[in-house]
Amino acid sequence: MFQAFVVQALVTGGVYALLAVGFSLIFGVARMVNLAHTSFLMLAAYGMFYTTYRLGLDVFTAILISLVATTIIGLVSYKLFIDRIREHQVTVMLITLALATIFQESMILAFGAHFREAPTLITGYVEIFAVKVLYQHLLTIAVVAVVLLGMWLLLTKTKLGIAIRATAQDAEIANLMGINVSNVLLVAMGIAAALAAIAGIVVAPLWVVYPYMWMSPLVMIMAIVVLGGLGSIKGSLIGAFIIGLVEVTVVFYLPGGAFLRGAIALLTMVIILVVRPEGLYGIVFEEERL
Amino acid sequence: MLRRLFKDIQGEILAIPGRLIALIFFILLFFIPLITQEYYILFVLILINIFVIFAVSWDFVSGYTGQVSFGHAFFFGVAAYTVALLNKYLGLQPWATIPLGAVAATLAGVVMCLPALRLRGPYLSLVTLAMPLILLGIIKAFPDVTGGEHGISGLPALSGSRMSDYYIALIAMLASVFIMWKLTDSKSGLVRTGIILHAIREDEIAARATGINTIRYKLFAFIVGGFFAGLAGGIYAHFLKIAGPATLDMTLSFQVIIWTVFGGIVSIYGAVVGVYVLYPVMELLRQFNVPVWPGSEMMFSDLRFLIFSGMVIAILLFMPEGVAVWIRDKLERECPRCKLSNASWRRTCRACGTSLY
Repeated sequence: MFQAFVVQALVTGGVYALLAVGFSLIFGVARMVNLAHTSFLMLAAYGMFYTTYRLGLDVFTAILISLVATTIIGLVSYKLFIDRIREHQVTVMLITLALATIFQESMILAFGAHFREAPTLITGYVEIFAVKVLYQHLLTIAVVAVVLLGMWLLLTKTKLGIAIRATAQDAEIANLMGINVSNVLLVAMGIAAALAAIAGIVVAPLWVVYPYMWMSPLVMIMAIVVLGGLGSIKGSLIGAFIIGLVEVTVVFYLPGGAFLRGAIALLTMVIILVVRPEGLYGIVFEEERL
Repeated sequence: MLRRLFKDIQGEILAIPGRLIALIFFILLFFIPLITQEYYILFVLILINIFVIFAVSWDFVSGYTGQVSFGHAFFFGVAAYTVALLNKYLGLQPWATIPLGAVAATLAGVVMCLPALRLRGPYLSLVTLAMPLILLGIIKAFPDVTGGEHGISGLPALSGSRMSDYYIALIAMLASVFIMWKLTDSKSGLVRTGIILHAIREDEIAARATGINTIRYKLFAFIVGGFFAGLAGGIYAHFLKIAGPATLDMTLSFQVIIWTVFGGIVSIYGAVVGVYVLYPVMELLRQFNVPVWPGSEMMFSDLRFLIFSGMVIAILLFMPEGVAVWIRDKLERECPRCKLSNASWRRTCRACGTSLY
């Protein structure tokens, strides 16, 4: 029981971490709240479903197609719709919400509002401490670890990463230092969409694939990034594991927990914010301080 | 007194095309039951009036204080459930439950304020988003009391007939919109709240420095907004005779933002225009059972969310200020010297005679 709980908490936290890091990255760099973020997860999961079950491709081609297609959709929708109204924060939220609705409705039109499933990437299980752990769960944890490590290396060691962080700190000064800000924003959006797509590919076999699957993770990752401090990648990571742990604890140990898991995770966020209004690792900008 | 009123109407309403249109529109609304008494049309109009109250109260809270709330359905749902529970367990009738529901929503506004006074910007938006979802989780966890997924049904009707329902909703809407418009009117000589709320939205720190207790005014905005959203929620529950989880849903919170931003945020009448345009469009699309191309199974009504979202995106990309504000800017022009609005076809200001070009 307890070991299963630990594995479940790690998987949930890890998937949330993948999503939250992308969400936080795009908020930090472009100051935009992208409500369509988890719909990329939904698109990638449908991509896996379509390419394997409908087209009969093998799993690796399917992964490649889903990942690339979702990233391209993310980039195109950014360039077409979001780029020109980036300064109006509320408008950005509404447009991304409308985009998410469009993706959802397109999936309903294409595949119907049925529950679907995607193929497991590897089958079988291993017994660790007398508990069956699916290889799929281990794979998810491994993918999360590798991708997050890769993100950390990208952001700290490469020139592109430094440009991204400079833009996040101050876009105007970054522009003066010769960084092409609009290109950096595009790259950040691409990375964020790709991270969401990876999350979609690994959770597609674990979760049910259906057109409304973007809603509940969206609320959760918003809770996570606010909890960790908006725009702080470290904060989102820690926040993801806190919220994941809370959610899984509620599901495992409380009666009626399936209904309350969202409520209690959100309550955790509200309490932490009331105590510490800028989140765990949030930065308080001088002009935003009150 | 009468002469003063007449002069006011001539100077403040007839001279400004936007207000003239609003006046004619509101007068027309009173005569709609004389033109048609069709059940369905009145049904849609009553819902529109309820949602106008709701959308305007969102504009009051979020537009005027700059605190974008993502959980306005919290007030709506609190009131709807209060109304339903009061009726179910105490047997109270609509005339008592609706005001009590509004009071409960006001208290909910105070609760929401506790985090809201400490947080700003996106943080506040996301905390307010959490509020209705937390309540929704609690409601679903105790289905014996709250009816769970199905909600509480079997409430008494608002009034006997559809026509009196219509007039109740219409008068409630007109009164609420007028009160909130007056409270936010920055040129009003009677109440100072309008100009203070504008000041807080433009620059909170500067407003504080001039001695405005910004916390008190934010609390005020949440209380007034909560009260009117609760009024809408109570009327809604009694009109549909059911209070269900849909009243707390995230889609309702976002719907109200879409309506208001579509019409024009920070303008009160923008919210009215937004609901009166978008809600009927959605209803028409739902009715539009025509195949997309001849012989196909796909109906236009299946595409309604797609069309709706596409429309919202198009409008926001080309008129980021909102439709109503865009139209008003075409119809009216502000005098550069005395800041009075003028019809855009005038060459000189109607008060000070300055050239408008």
